[in-house]
Amino acid sequence: MSESSTKAKELVNDFSMVVATVNGSGSQTSNLALVRALFRMGIPVSGKNLFPSNIQGLPTWYTIRASGDGHTARRESVEILVAMNVTTFTEDHAGISEGGACFYADHLPKPQARAGIVYYPMPIKDLVKEVSPPKDLKEYVANMAYVGIVSEMLGIDLEAVRGALMTHFHDREKPVELNMGMIRLAAEWAKQNLEKQDPYRVEADNKTKGKILIEGNTAGALGAIYGGVSFASWYPITPASSFADAVRQYLPQLRKENGKNTYAVIQAEDELSAIGMAIGAGWAGARSMTSTSGPGISLMAEFVGLAFFAEIPIVIWDVQRMGPSTGLPTRTSQGDVMFVRYLGHGDTKNVILLPGSVAECFEFGWRAFDVAERLQSPVFVLSDLDLGMNLWMSDPFDYPDEPMDRGKVLTAEQLEEIGEFARYRDVDGDGIAYRTLPGNEHPLAPWFVRGTGHNEHAAYSERPDDWERNMERLMRKADSARDLIPAPVLSGSGEARVGLIYYGSTESAVREACDRLTEQLELDTLRLRAVPFNSDVKQFIEDHEVLCVLEMNTDGQMHKLLQLEVPERATRLRSLTQNNGLPLTARWIAESLVDLVGG
Amino acid sequence: MATTVETRKAKVNDVGLAKADYKGRPSTLCAGCGHNSISSQIVNAAYELSIRPHEIIKLSGIGCSSKSPAYFLGKSHGFNSLHGRMPSVATGALVANRSLKGIGVSGDGDTASIGMGQFVHLVRRNLPMVYVIENNGVYGLTKGQFSATADHEQTLKYAGTNPFMPVDLCMEALTANCGFIARSFAGDPKQVTELIKAAFSFDGTAVLDIISPCVTFNDRDESTKSYSWGREHQDPLHDVTYVPRYEEIQVDYEPGETTIVRLHDGSALMLKKLDEEYDPTDRSAAIQLLDEARANQVLATGLIYFNSDQASLQDSEQMIKRPLSELTPDELRPSQESLQEVLEGFK
Repeated sequence: MSESSTKAKELVNDFSMVVATVNGSGSQTSNLALVRALFRMGIPVSGKNLFPSNIQGLPTWYTIRASGDGHTARRESVEILVAMNVTTFTEDHAGISEGGACFYADHLPKPQARAGIVYYPMPIKDLVKEVSPPKDLKEYVANMAYVGIVSEMLGIDLEAVRGALMTHFHDREKPVELNMGMIRLAAEWAKQNLEKQDPYRVEADNKTKGKILIEGNTAGALGAIYGGVSFASWYPITPASSFADAVRQYLPQLRKENGKNTYAVIQAEDELSAIGMAIGAGWAGARSMTSTSGPGISLMAEFVGLAFFAEIPIVIWDVQRMGPSTGLPTRTSQGDVMFVRYLGHGDTKNVILLPGSVAECFEFGWRAFDVAERLQSPVFVLSDLDLGMNLWMSDPFDYPDEPMDRGKVLTAEQLEEIGEFARYRDVDGDGIAYRTLPGNEHPLAPWFVRGTGHNEHAAYSERPDDWERNMERLMRKADSARDLIPAPVLSGSGEARVGLIYYGSTESAVREACDRLTEQLELDTLRLRAVPFNSDVKQFIEDHEVLCVLEMNTDGQMHKLLQLEVPERATRLRSLTQNNGLPLTARWIAESLVDLVGG
Repeated sequence: MATTVETRKAKVNDVGLAKADYKGRPSTLCAGCGHNSISSQIVNAAYELSIRPHEIIKLSGIGCSSKSPAYFLGKSHGFNSLHGRMPSVATGALVANRSLKGIGVSGDGDTASIGMGQFVHLVRRNLPMVYVIENNGVYGLTKGQFSATADHEQTLKYAGTNPFMPVDLCMEALTANCGFIARSFAGDPKQVTELIKAAFSFDGTAVLDIISPCVTFNDRDESTKSYSWGREHQDPLHDVTYVPRYEEIQVDYEPGETTIVRLHDGSALMLKKLDEEYDPTDRSAAIQLLDEARANQVLATGLIYFNSDQASLQDSEQMIKRPLSELTPDELRPSQESLQEVLEGFK
């Protein structure tokens, strides 16, 4: 059975497992069952789906990382392979780390065995025959067979697997039992027929107690709901569709009044319409948003410029994927930073929030509305496919700890008291003028929203002084934004020679890299959580001799933004990028940093 | 002094407003432009219906037509949006606050070219609003290019001869299942006013394709979008009179010659048939009418199609009647307990 003769030392709760299957075969349920079972056993875990842009037939890989240390970023090494796809078996097999284990469906032609790898053949077809599922469920149930075998060989508790399936099937016993039948049978078969030879196993722990396991898109959607979203428009696009799905899933149970909806979620005919609707609703006084990805952002450009210039609050949730163009629709990237910052012709400067975790997806989900309504401006939230579509462990989200900020909106009573109103007058000196909402019956209230040049009263004007005054105010407002948005997160002693600036979903990999580097390289880190940058960012750049900006795009977009905004230190900022569609790993970050700045 | 005030007192409508309260800024469009006449009829319609200006939102896209909302209903909130994108902005606004009445003004370029997609989807969703197309078959603001509604083989100084057949926006609306489709002519203020009034009372998208000649770039006598052609070829379907429920009914009609269209708010649109036995609730007849009008180059005006059996967008979405914009923070943000409950599902 085993081609490894020596039994290595046990390695507990520390491996990366890749399950290689065929897209559309239903393996997602099996993989989620494994992830959730490990989570229920108290073992820190993450699940990443590396899937093709395809409905059925192309290869797909699901990576499960168990880490007693709590590191849940992607890692390069693959200790355990579950091979269910003949077309990728050879390549997948070559990728297994020394000393790893290879579970494979025994009807697949096995590649030339490698020394030091433990092989476990799985008689999937025979096992499926034994449970004789309905014909159309055969392939699906086959995937449950590997869940049983892998669980038995790694020591994953079958009760935890059952609990995971109960979560998946929303406590419906029937499908759970259908699957558990296969899983138990396969586990029993493994117990009788396979001999444990590899060093990897799991042990129950208490490190996930009280925690949740959730995708960033769901977290962001819940955040939006707890931010009071009343209007959401969207157009289907990977990897953002599941954001709208979650909004539509949870709103009905949370926002009803006498059986009727206190919200509307509208699937638009395209992204032009999606953002147009959101802007209309934002103007009319709803908490309004749209969710999309890069190609959708391209279509929204003209409307974003209008919202910036006419000063309409709106939240745009961008789950970034690989561009340019259609790019790699199912791969992750941080490539929209520069585009989104200046999206719109003319002098447009947009506010960007940068969540680095699912907890921040939730927090920025509600906070983005406060910022948008305070600033009366579009606010982008840049998530990405890795954060948005993969499962992350987190502490339960904190309920919003601040009252809703609806911004400077004047009611009819207030207008009566003040006795005058100019829509675009900078009364408070922060560049943010007061607005009134349609339906306000005060004679002073109406104003005409326009993308054309306007004076303080929103009346059409081609006067040079009107134009200049208005643009100066808009730039003043863009400055005011700095202190209304989440401040960066600093870590380290503050005394290190090297400062690392990063943002977004690279957070987990960076934290792990810092752990790896403790002996080798002293680092201070600054995680950006928003653009424009506040004074902490400038100070951090001032305080460090060597600075490095880490990101997942080819051209170093945030690096360039920082150079623009802190020009006096521009030459000191170095760029470190990787952009190949895969989430960053701690090892690559650590090694690249040492290469770039010296150990 | 008091007597002077008394004699100067303007005529007011049922909500105590004078017609002046419905006017906008002075028009900057060309003198004699059909659009100005339509603006005046919108003022008349809103005045006669006694709608308070703040209860209306006016919207537009880009182009000559889309400038016109500045020239009517100066006390209404308004949104001059992007070229061809007014429908989406209107959708968001009127879903966020369904207590408002919406009127959108677009042109043939704004609707039939760049905005065709949004136009069709607006109609498909049946968002309650009055959608006026000021149709002149030409791009005026950019100095006279053909639009998609320009006549086949028409010749313009700037653009040469048009080799393409025109888009018929009433037909487009019909295929998108619009429940209120009318065509009129800017030079017939009475009919335009009555149709706008009826459209305001319809609980769905009401499309009004109003031929509105461009005096500068498309008023050659042979164009179907010219004044002289319009006057000679206009073939009104019905003598239209709108009867608000709060007024005495005074219509000049003979029994047997009228069709009564019942509108959502209880008011009725009475159509005096000049034409054979035209029934605006007959979809096939509407298609035939538009086809024949096209073949015969006739400007068939009046209410072409009417169907009030379709749910409005807000009702399809199962929305509350109250404006979403009036929800309080407590109503917007679900409770802390509910969050804990939701998060249990992820443990």
